[in-house]
Amino acid sequence: MSTVIFTSASGDVVEIDATPGDSVMETAVRNGVLGIVAECGGSLSCATCHVFVDQEDLATLPEAEEMEDEMLWGTAVDRQDNSRLSCQLWISEGCTIRVTTPETQI
Amino acid sequence: MTGLLIIGSSQAGVQLAVSLRALGFDEEITLLGDEDHRPYQRPALSKEFLQDRITKESLIYRTQEYWDEHRITVVKGERIERISSTPDGSGVAFSRTGTQFAFDRLALTVGAHARKLTVPGADLDGVLYLRSADDALELKARAPEAKKVVVIGGGFIGIEAAASLHTLGKAVTIVERGPRVVERAVGEKTSEFILRHHIASGVNILLNSATEEIIGEGGRVTGVRVNGEIIEADIVLVGIGVIPNTELAKEMGLQVDNGIVVDKFATASDGHTLAVGDCSNLPNPVPNSPTGERVRFESVNHAIEQAKVAAYAIMGRQEEYAGIPWFWSNQGELKLQIAGLSTGYDQVFDRSSADSSKFSILYYRGEQLIAADCINAPLDFMAVRQALTKGVNLTPEMVADVSVPLKKVLTEAEIKGSE
Repeated sequence: MSTVIFTSASGDVVEIDATPGDSVMETAVRNGVLGIVAECGGSLSCATCHVFVDQEDLATLPEAEEMEDEMLWGTAVDRQDNSRLSCQLWISEGCTIRVTTPETQI
Repeated sequence: MTGLLIIGSSQAGVQLAVSLRALGFDEEITLLGDEDHRPYQRPALSKEFLQDRITKESLIYRTQEYWDEHRITVVKGERIERISSTPDGSGVAFSRTGTQFAFDRLALTVGAHARKLTVPGADLDGVLYLRSADDALELKARAPEAKKVVVIGGGFIGIEAAASLHTLGKAVTIVERGPRVVERAVGEKTSEFILRHHIASGVNILLNSATEEIIGEGGRVTGVRVNGEIIEADIVLVGIGVIPNTELAKEMGLQVDNGIVVDKFATASDGHTLAVGDCSNLPNPVPNSPTGERVRFESVNHAIEQAKVAAYAIMGRQEEYAGIPWFWSNQGELKLQIAGLSTGYDQVFDRSSADSSKFSILYYRGEQLIAADCINAPLDFMAVRQALTKGVNLTPEMVADVSVPLKKVLTEAEIKGSE
């Protein structure tokens, strides 16, 4: 079983059983997690699925590619060193990913 | 009470239902669609889905658990044919199957349908469209057998599909009636860049070329006659624009003019019915746009923003449209992002650098920045979108040094503005 734990900017926590192969963004949107907008549906065009990834979990994920890195410079809440676009975070079997959503995406 | 009936399980319909629950709307919500699919996203149909890079499941907006938990009744496969409404905005919708859906309030999020080709042979087997999931599934089912594809129309759908089919190894020819590609959405230089890229990658593109006839044998398409010559085709894909679905609104007596006419609160001429998304014609929501100017958008971002406005209207709050329109189009290796509306520009500034794979051009009305077309240049796109959203003007003079990133220009302009 894989799990994504979303913490909102104000501290509310939602834990969701995720399907391996899905992205963190898809997991959020299908389950109606507030704090992830994802207008472009995961095509790396809008930067409205910005998350801050738990430092420990971040180390287990592949690094951002150039396009994601560039998009992150334009997020509504300024990027930090643990910022990622959640449409590019793929869930593997048995993993737990902890992310915090920013105050706003737009 | 029978609550809100949303006709059209589209991006706009889904967002309206979701936003209403987020705002605390407590009455029943029925989200009704005429297709036999759970509510799904359309943009990927011509891109990732057509290229087999994502599954059908990943197009689905929400899990059934979400709908259940939020008391949103999702109805599939019911096409509404007639609506009987009363002056207070309530009424009954009658479906083709004879089912009746009573409502206290109605929202039309009925979208648009593909414009049909009318030349001789247009009804031959193998002449396809790309608007719905079923359209995409049919195209995907036929693609493996096809070697040559003619795409009629050089707009977003035509070019995206052409790029996807080219990626799948098909010989693709785009036939465009006008003098340039994506004419309606981008400026001349952007069209030129897109044209050159796709020709260089091996797609054949014919401009100023009217399709005269679809040729077939035994009822099946074999080619297209263009400029008097036959281009062979196993599949002809037509992408010549969409027509807003206004039949129900017309029949209800609502004002219709290139879409269902609504005010800035997404409310139709009866004062009750909401119309949201591709089907609605609204006052231009962009700040400082000419008074009285009306627009109809075909975009995800618009469907979302206008649905939020409509949700507030249902809750009795007059909230104006927030945000700046933006659009995207992924065409093979090209990632086009458009911020704002370039309509009415009188000046452009080309920010493209020596890197020939990137392109960005800024549009001005006078000294006022109004839009940008960016290709493989997300930094520029994000900077312009932020500038427009925040109401910070980046004048031609400020952006003139292309070695200074727009993000930096924006930050400096913001600091200056706050001094």
